[in-house]
Amino acid sequence: MSNFTKEEVQYYANFARIDMPDAEAQKFADRLDTLLEFTDRLKEIDTTNVAQMTHPLTITNVLREDKPADILDRDDMLKSVEDHEDGMIKVPNILD
Amino acid sequence: MAVNKTASELQSLLHSRELSVKELTEETLKTIKETDGPIQAFLTVTETEALQAADQLDSLPDAERGLLFGMPIGIKDNIITKGIRTTCASKMLENFVPVYEGTVTERVKDSGMVIVGKLNMDEFAMGSTTEHSAFQKTHNPWDLDRVPGGSSGGSAAAVAAGQVLYSLGSDTGGSVRQPAAFCGVVGMKPTYGRVSRSGLVAFGSSLDQIGPITKTVEDNAMLLSAIAGSDYRDASASEKAVPDYRSALTGDIKGLKIAVPARYLGEGVQPEVRDAVKTAIGVLESLGAHVDEIDLSYSRYSAPTYYVISSAEASSNLARFDGIRYGYHPADAKNLNEIYLRSRAEGFGDEVKKRVLYGTYALSAGHHEDLYERAQKVRSLIAQDFQDVFRDYDVIVGPTSATNAYKLGETIKDPLTLYANDLLTTPMNLAGIPAISVPCGFAEGLPVGLQIIANHFEEPLLYKVAHAYEQATEFHKQTPPAREGN
Repeated sequence: MSNFTKEEVQYYANFARIDMPDAEAQKFADRLDTLLEFTDRLKEIDTTNVAQMTHPLTITNVLREDKPADILDRDDMLKSVEDHEDGMIKVPNILD
Repeated sequence: MAVNKTASELQSLLHSRELSVKELTEETLKTIKETDGPIQAFLTVTETEALQAADQLDSLPDAERGLLFGMPIGIKDNIITKGIRTTCASKMLENFVPVYEGTVTERVKDSGMVIVGKLNMDEFAMGSTTEHSAFQKTHNPWDLDRVPGGSSGGSAAAVAAGQVLYSLGSDTGGSVRQPAAFCGVVGMKPTYGRVSRSGLVAFGSSLDQIGPITKTVEDNAMLLSAIAGSDYRDASASEKAVPDYRSALTGDIKGLKIAVPARYLGEGVQPEVRDAVKTAIGVLESLGAHVDEIDLSYSRYSAPTYYVISSAEASSNLARFDGIRYGYHPADAKNLNEIYLRSRAEGFGDEVKKRVLYGTYALSAGHHEDLYERAQKVRSLIAQDFQDVFRDYDVIVGPTSATNAYKLGETIKDPLTLYANDLLTTPMNLAGIPAISVPCGFAEGLPVGLQIIANHFEEPLLYKVAHAYEQATEFHKQTPPAREGN
C-alpha cells in the first residue's frame, strides 16, 4: 500500500478547499495512512460480477410539477450572510 | 416532580388538566438548569420558544390533543430548527440560524410536543463519543467520568438523566443505537427512507436516518409513528403507509425465529457484555422464541466499507460549507479562494477534515475504482448476507456495543474492540435495515444494550420483540445515580 506524503495531503486538501500548512499536512498524512491501511482489507474480496450498491432501497424516481412553493424569505436568508448589498451576496473580486 | 413521572402518567395529568403544558415545560426547563451542569447534554436551551409554544398548546381543545401532546423533547443539533441556532457542534455553524423547519421538527410540533433545546453531538455526527464536539464534552449520567457514546451523545444523556423523556438523534453508522446502549435508554434506527431527512444536515446521504431515543419502547414507538412517512421534500422518504407502531406491542413472541451471528459475541466483546446479552437471549427463548447461531460472513468487511462510503459522501456533502452564504467567515480574506480555504481550515475540526480528505482521495481519479466502487460492491454483498438470513429468520440479535461506555479521553487502542464495535452497528446502515437498542443489564455498573435487527420496514416486529423483552425484565426501570435526589 502507498503512504501519504505531506505533498499528497496538500494535493487532496486543495481539491477539498481546506488550507493545509506543512505541519498540519504531516499530521493528516499519518492519520490517512492508518485509514488507508484499514480500508485496504477490501482488496481481499473477489468482487468480480458483483453489482455496485448505490442506494439502500430500490425506489423509483419521484416526479412532480415544477411549481414554486415553500418560498423562503430573502431578508431572512440574508441574515446569515456576512457581506451583502442590494439583496445580493458580496464576494471579493475573482479577477485580478 | 413531574419529570420523574412516566410519559403515560404525564399524559393523563395533561389530559385531565391537572397539569398544564406550561407547568410541565417550566418544570422541564428547571430540571435541565439544575442537572445539566455536570452532564452538558444541551448546546442550546430554547426557553422562550418553549414557553411560548406551551402557552399556545394549553389553549387547544381536548379533541386536538394527541398522544404526545405537551411532551417536552430535545433535538440533536444537526437537525435544523427554524429560528433556533443549529450548530452541528461545529465552529463552522456556531451562529447559524436556519430559515426553514426540518420535516421531523415540524411533525414533532404538529403532534403537540414542545422542543426544549438542541443537544450536543460529535461535530457533523462524525465520532462515537461526543468528544468531537467543538463546544463541550457531554458526560454519561451513569458515571460522569465516562462518555455518553456518540454521535448522538447529548440526545441519549438527556433522556438517561431524566431531563426529557424523548429526544431525536441521527444514525449513520450506529450514532443512535450506541449512545442509547451506553446510557441505558431505548434507541431506534429506522429503515432507510422511513423518516424524511429533509432538515437533517447531511453526513452520508445513503446511510443517514433520524431515530427516536426514549426511556421505554412504547414511548419510542409513539414518537416514530409521529415522525415517519413520506415527504415531498425528500424523494428518498418511502411512500409506504406508516403503521401505528404501538399496536405491535402485544407481548407475544411465541414461535419467533431469532438468528445470533457467532461473530457478534466473539473476539473483542467484553465478557460482561457477552454475559448480559446471552442472558437476554435466554429471556427471549423463555418467551417462546427459537434461537439459532448463524454466520454473517461479509459483515466482517462492514467497517472498511462504511469508512470509504461515508467519507466519500461526507466529502461531497460538506462541500456546501464555503463561508459565503452562511457559516464561519474568515476576517480579511483577500480573495474568493482564500475565503474557501480559510473558512474550511478554521471552521472544521480535525476529525471532519480527516474524513473529508479521505473521501476526496477515495473519489479521486486513480483511486475511485479501487476504493469507492469496490466498497459499493462489498456493500451489495453485505446487504445480500442479511437478505439470506431473513429468508429463514425474523430477527437478528446481538450486543449494540462490544463494551460498556469508555472513559472520557480514553483512546480505544485494542483493534479487536474497535473492530467489534464497528461490526455491530455499521452493517445495518449499509444494508438500510432497521435496528433497535434496548437496555439489557450492566457491565461493571454501566448499561449494556441488546440490539435487535430486522428486515426493511419491519419496525413493528422490532418494537414487538423489544417490548416483550422490556416487559419481562426490570432494566428500563433503573435510573442513573446522577438523577438521585433531583
